[in-house]
Amino acid sequence: MSDATHSAPHKPTSRSLHAVDARTKRRNASESRFKAMGIGAIGIGIAFLVLLLSTIVMNGSSAFQQTFINVPVYLDPAKIDKKGNRDLADLKKATTFTYAPLIQNGLLDVVKKAGIETDLSKAKELKNLISASAASQVRDRVLADPSLIGQTIDFKILASSRVDGYLKGRVKRADIAQDKNISVAQLDLTDALREAGVIHKGFNSAFIFGADASDSRAEQAGIGVSMLGSFYMMLVVLALALPIGVAASIYLEEFAAKNRFTDLIEVNISNLAAVPSIVFGILGLSVFIQFAHLPQSAPLVGGLVLTLMTLPTIIISTRAALKAVPPSIRDAALGVGASKMQSVFHHVLPLAMPGILTGTIIGLAQALGETAPLLLIGMVGYVATNTPDGFVDGFVSPNSAMPAQIYEWAKRADPAFYERAWGGIIILLVFLLSMNIIAIILRRKFERRW
Amino acid sequence: MKSVTLTASAIALLAASGTAALARDNIQIAGSSTVLPYASIVAEAFGENFDFPTPVVESGGSSSGLKRFCEGVGENSIDIANASRKIKDKEIATCAENGVKDIMEVRIGYDGIVFASQKDGPAFTAFEPADLYNALGAKVMKDGKLVDNTYGKWNEFNANLPDADIMAFIPGTKHGTREVFEEKVLEAGCEATGAFEAYKAEGMDDKAASKACMKVRTDGKAVDIDGDYTETLARIASNPDGVGVFGLAFYENNTDKLKVATMSGIAPSTATIADGSYPVSRPLYFYVKKAHIGEIPGLKEYAEFFVSDDMAGSDGPLAQYGLVSDPELAQTQDAVANETTMQ
Repeated sequence: MSDATHSAPHKPTSRSLHAVDARTKRRNASESRFKAMGIGAIGIGIAFLVLLLSTIVMNGSSAFQQTFINVPVYLDPAKIDKKGNRDLADLKKATTFTYAPLIQNGLLDVVKKAGIETDLSKAKELKNLISASAASQVRDRVLADPSLIGQTIDFKILASSRVDGYLKGRVKRADIAQDKNISVAQLDLTDALREAGVIHKGFNSAFIFGADASDSRAEQAGIGVSMLGSFYMMLVVLALALPIGVAASIYLEEFAAKNRFTDLIEVNISNLAAVPSIVFGILGLSVFIQFAHLPQSAPLVGGLVLTLMTLPTIIISTRAALKAVPPSIRDAALGVGASKMQSVFHHVLPLAMPGILTGTIIGLAQALGETAPLLLIGMVGYVATNTPDGFVDGFVSPNSAMPAQIYEWAKRADPAFYERAWGGIIILLVFLLSMNIIAIILRRKFERRW
Repeated sequence: MKSVTLTASAIALLAASGTAALARDNIQIAGSSTVLPYASIVAEAFGENFDFPTPVVESGGSSSGLKRFCEGVGENSIDIANASRKIKDKEIATCAENGVKDIMEVRIGYDGIVFASQKDGPAFTAFEPADLYNALGAKVMKDGKLVDNTYGKWNEFNANLPDADIMAFIPGTKHGTREVFEEKVLEAGCEATGAFEAYKAEGMDDKAASKACMKVRTDGKAVDIDGDYTETLARIASNPDGVGVFGLAFYENNTDKLKVATMSGIAPSTATIADGSYPVSRPLYFYVKKAHIGEIPGLKEYAEFFVSDDMAGSDGPLAQYGLVSDPELAQTQDAVANETTMQ
């Protein structure tokens, strides 16, 4: 109060809008500082994103290329069909170990015919160039068509992961002195065969559609089967979490009385949304596998576990979407004589649908990227090997999931698996990105504002 | 209401399909992450050559595999546990309590444990178990007395070792590899340096003294790695002076990044491990539930195929990957064929 009288004698401050006084300068300065910090924060975020994406693309893009060898293989009846009766049961007794030398002989013939000079004169010394998967490829072809025995058939087989790594620049000549899986002479031969057009790189569709391979055959591993595993899990999540979540939130939001009990439920749902996913994994192990005796490693169980994890997310977003529908809509419906249920199902729910779907898709995307709970129900390991036969079998036959497969590859010894882990991340990101884009499109297209 | 019935029917449908498929037709295997690569190689070849589906092989460690193995008999429990150590009496007792009585023990071969540093890092060419004990043990002998370990560099106790800071990445306690490391390296080194006798002089009995020998220093120079060898590799890559513990197969796949250390003058390889001159190795096992043979299709065929000459022999794919094949493989083959169980 006395301030007014004291401050009266000092010079009148400039009130001009053109001349900026010290205080305004300070305020402006702090505002531009804040803006700069904001831009800086966004800049750091973008820089990290670019770094992350470029690392992923740089490390992973090579997984979509693979090295192949064209080899004519003479299907020697003396080796494959010792009894000479072309009987399938007898032919099956010739294992892949019988076929491997035939392929090595075939490759040696190619080397000789092309006139390539090499120190490797025995067929066995070419073993390191050829993937172990080739023998099974040839054997499957013979079992499918025994009449091929005795002929020379052209095969396009996989090169070993070391040869593949050499052509991709991962395996360097300087580093292989201690490596027993490839030698300098074999790399020289690789170069010569490449010039002759026998060894060539091509698009690796088996990586996208194929099954997992064992630790000794990095070149054969694909993410296709675990992709199916993820797909079946998402079906389970969608079929269970969406109806249960929507029903629960409609009841809580529209019908339930507001009292301490519903408050308690509400708090618990929010808490559940924050529970670490590994907890749901332990729950799934003890309830679904040990108590309910559902099969291990099955996408059905994985889907049930992820349903538990996704439910709170869907309930929370559904309730928010229902809340966003203005009360006037409900009042109008009730006013013309609709029952409470009619007002909800005919008017409120359709209007809240875009929000519900967005929440569901984001919940699904979260579940798709989840690895931790799957560790406990047996979906991590050498699991994704058989393509399920039929729709129902897909739910119960052992399978992995995309993030679990990536985790598994990242810890294997052969560096070739590391490249595949990055490639798997690219595919997973494409899925997540497209799900989020669908969510955004749905929201843009159907969202109504009041 | 509609959605409620829909949900109920969906659950019923899924539950029905789940129960229907309970008759399991694939072999379930879990256990040691050291055995996993070998088991996966066999499983893959088994799926290709037989009319049975490819077995499922999970990892998780020897202990967790044997725990699941001993949970009981039936389609809901695993058929085979992989282990990088022998089954313990305690585990056999747990198994028996839960009805798992007849267990077949199958030794598949030997695995070498190697010490390696960064490719451009210091060369460790004069390791003896004593050096590793001096570097990593909790208490070491100095001037004839047992004192807390304060060594900072390798050349402080062995002039032939490089002038580099001690930094070792050793497997965590959940790994079977840790036990081999404790027994064959720490305990051996403890006895060689005389620390074992010094512990006993303090009034400990043999058991307590060897337990004290296996204690690792806790001042941050020995780091437990609970993850896989890939994690150890990453730690080595960022620590120029670091030494890590790896399986032989893992090292052989990453010779471009790692420099291997010799032990007592011998470099690890399948040959030196097979003839016993490289000291740090251990047998690998898998355990089969005999009650499941005949119930789970292909179980016995898988076990026989695993130890067959084609797979586990010295020319087979397992040896190619880094397994040291068992000189007594023929006996193992007979035991599997006769379904001999543990006594």
